[in-house]
Amino acid sequence: MGNPVFQPSHFTAVVLFALFASIVFGITQRETPRRMIRYGIYCFVLFVGSTVAISWLMFLIAR
Amino acid sequence: MRYSQSGMATVENKNAAANSGSQPGSQPGAPSGAKTGAKTGAKPGAQEGFVYLPLIAGWLVPGAGHFLLRKWGRGALLSGSILAMFVLGLTMQGKLYSNAHEILDILGLAGDLGNGLLYIASQILGLGAAQTQTTIADYGTRFIVVAGLLNVIAAVDAHNLRTGRKS
Repeated sequence: MGNPVFQPSHFTAVVLFALFASIVFGITQRETPRRMIRYGIYCFVLFVGSTVAISWLMFLIAR
Repeated sequence: MRYSQSGMATVENKNAAANSGSQPGSQPGAPSGAKTGAKTGAKPGAQEGFVYLPLIAGWLVPGAGHFLLRKWGRGALLSGSILAMFVLGLTMQGKLYSNAHEILDILGLAGDLGNGLLYIASQILGLGAAQTQTTIADYGTRFIVVAGLLNVIAAVDAHNLRTGRKS
């Protein structure tokens, strides 16, 4: 087993995960295009924001 | 508690709204009459054929369910997102679950199976790692599992579009 072809940083992995999941959530959970985009952005911000917040929390606990 | 479809965008509710929409005093919250009526009136045979075809096609090939329903934009976005997530997972040396000896393996296998033909083709081609040894590979494993779960959500969405529960 060789090295992975794609080696993202932790933050890049989070952003990619949030991006793709938000696109699917937006399209499947809302009916009109405008609401799809708004919900997709909302999910993306929540994904990334909560990850950053929990990361800081764990950093402060570990110190 | 009994399941109620009252207020949902089902075909029956839409037809009812279309019939009563032009009359004054129609139900508040019901879909607007003229547009919905024109939509449903244009497709009287919308419920004909195999209703589960978009569900099965969408599961086997990401986005195919929406393509069958001529939702090209939505299908392309769903297909691109799920494919990208699956491929990125593989390039991160993510693990493809193949056996189900433990409960966590069963859950992982269930998620992987959501990818449909992508999972089967990857198993045949021997893609993916047998074991994860790095953090990146662990992320890759999650990417593959979540891609499968998102594909199931997309396939169910195609089914809802087909049955008229969603427009």
